[in-house]
Amino acid sequence: MHLLRIALRSLNNRRFTALLTIFAIALSMALLLAVERVRTEARSSFASTISSTDLIVGARSGSVNLLLYSVFRIGNATNNIRWTSFEHFAQHPQVQWAVPLSLGDSHHGYRVLGTSEDYFNHYQYSRKKHLALAQGRFFTDQAPFEVVLGAEVANALDYKLGQELVLAHGVATVSLVKHDDKPFTVVGILQRTGTPVDHTLHIALAGMEALHIDWQHGAPAYGRQKISAEQALQMDLQPKEITAMLVGLKSRMATFAVQREINQWRGEPLLAILPGVALQELWSLMGTAEKALFVVSLFVVLTGLIGMLTAILTSLNERRREMAILRSVGARPWHIASLLILEAFTLAFVGILAGVAFLYLGIAIAQAPLQSHYGLHLAFSAPTVHEWQLLGAVLAVGVLIGAIPAWRAYRQSLADGLNIRL
Amino acid sequence: MVCQSPIIELHDLRFAWPKQDLLLDIAEFTVQPQQRVFLKGPSGSGKTTLLGLLGGVQLPQSGCIKLLGQDLSQLSASARDRFRVDHSGFIFQQFNLLPFLSVLDNVVLPCQFSKLRKQRASIRHGSIEAAAQALLQQLGLARQLHSKQAGELSIGQQQRVAAARALIGQPELVIADEPTSALDADSREAFLQLLFSECAAADASLLFVSHDQSLATLFDRSIDLSQLNRAMREQEV
Repeated sequence: MHLLRIALRSLNNRRFTALLTIFAIALSMALLLAVERVRTEARSSFASTISSTDLIVGARSGSVNLLLYSVFRIGNATNNIRWTSFEHFAQHPQVQWAVPLSLGDSHHGYRVLGTSEDYFNHYQYSRKKHLALAQGRFFTDQAPFEVVLGAEVANALDYKLGQELVLAHGVATVSLVKHDDKPFTVVGILQRTGTPVDHTLHIALAGMEALHIDWQHGAPAYGRQKISAEQALQMDLQPKEITAMLVGLKSRMATFAVQREINQWRGEPLLAILPGVALQELWSLMGTAEKALFVVSLFVVLTGLIGMLTAILTSLNERRREMAILRSVGARPWHIASLLILEAFTLAFVGILAGVAFLYLGIAIAQAPLQSHYGLHLAFSAPTVHEWQLLGAVLAVGVLIGAIPAWRAYRQSLADGLNIRL
Repeated sequence: MVCQSPIIELHDLRFAWPKQDLLLDIAEFTVQPQQRVFLKGPSGSGKTTLLGLLGGVQLPQSGCIKLLGQDLSQLSASARDRFRVDHSGFIFQQFNLLPFLSVLDNVVLPCQFSKLRKQRASIRHGSIEAAAQALLQQLGLARQLHSKQAGELSIGQQQRVAAARALIGQPELVIADEPTSALDADSREAFLQLLFSECAAADASLLFVSHDQSLATLFDRSIDLSQLNRAMREQEV
């Protein structure tokens, strides 16, 4: 016990260096824990980008591809699916609900999603959360020129309710062809979800159809062939094709049967995927980056501990007198060694404690912005078993690193004996 | 405790550092109980090495070194460490103290490592803190200084704290390595007188190593290490 007292007093005597060392360890530890928390949370939040949807159906391609364009609005569909196919499966006895998705247009780089009112009822994310409005209302299927904005779209482009906007054909940020003859009115703005919904403009399928009703061979009509918005409203705006569909089943048990049925359907080559499985596939692709981040933060912790090693080793020479005095009053070389181990332990321990404190401080500060901007919910929860293991491992490595100066001091005090070297 | 065997006994002691010439070669040297011995040791005379041998930090290549009749070479390294703190107190030239501990904590340090000295100090004064306070008081260090950090004291005060530390728990031997060299002439004498009276009170022998011949007359015996050390004599010839 008295050794610990001496070690603490000696550290206190060098408190500036000691505090810096502790600070370095604390920061690195906080970083490691934060990366760990964000990593875990990002994984689960990613996995819950879409929930309660049993199947996603699109033209036959790859499952990740289908997931990317239908849920994450990344890339394009290779092909569309027929409206009749949608109707066929929407009326399937096992299907409880089906929501059509139609993609292909954009607005200032944000994707436009043509869908039905049902989308707002059935699309769920995170732990069974529904989309909610921040302002206004959802569009209705009967009014083709209404748009509901994702939170990020409204925020970034500073749109208000009632404002009119023009969609662009295609998904490039700079689009040459604009649907400027058929402006849309903002009727609703969604709350933040932390999912790709925030970056999406939602319109009714009829609106999507109206935009392209006078198009021929993938090009806008000219002159007399043009159909105005008013004229379009009088026409049949039932689309012939959509991009994908979300399907909810009456019973989860039927998932695989319905999936097989869709995949083997002779009416049209379709692909049905289980969102959860596809999300995992996708995550495993991105998992490398996440692991790299973890490894980097491990190295940062190691750097912090090496900083401690440097600080102790540097102090060793100046403290030869201290060691000789202790030897003269009866300290054995292993006492000297334990003194340095205790010192390393203290620095690492306090550093780790401060690191945990920094982590919670960081969570307190960043919780709200992370939640709203990235949909990441960092909980104020006690360290998990895995985190305790990390803390323990870092402490153990700290003590192990402390063995290096301890060994040196041991050798030094054997060699110096009672000589007080100035 | 009265010990009839000599406190220090050296016979045909020979020592050399690894890969170096013979440094110490002492035929005979003894210090009797309660004796005050002045050992004149100019720098380079092997003085520091001799103190290391007496402290049991090093062992001689040949010959015998006995403290209180105990042959040090018979003991393991850790037993020698224990033996050193049990039976001897050291005072060095200067910077004797751990500057970050309080004066009192510095004085009780030997009792932290030696059960024997802790026991003796407690028996005589009730507790080691009381023993330390009594010693410090006798050495002229007022009570309000006891809780100060050792580094805040003057050199003279620090040397007296070091003396109290060497004496706590009544070791049989006090080894002082030029403890007065950092003091001015007046305080030197005063310090010595204090040291003498405290050693006498504790029944401790004093081995006082210094190059300052002027102090020699104050001691029971005065010995020149360069005469004692045959290795040095040969070099001079």
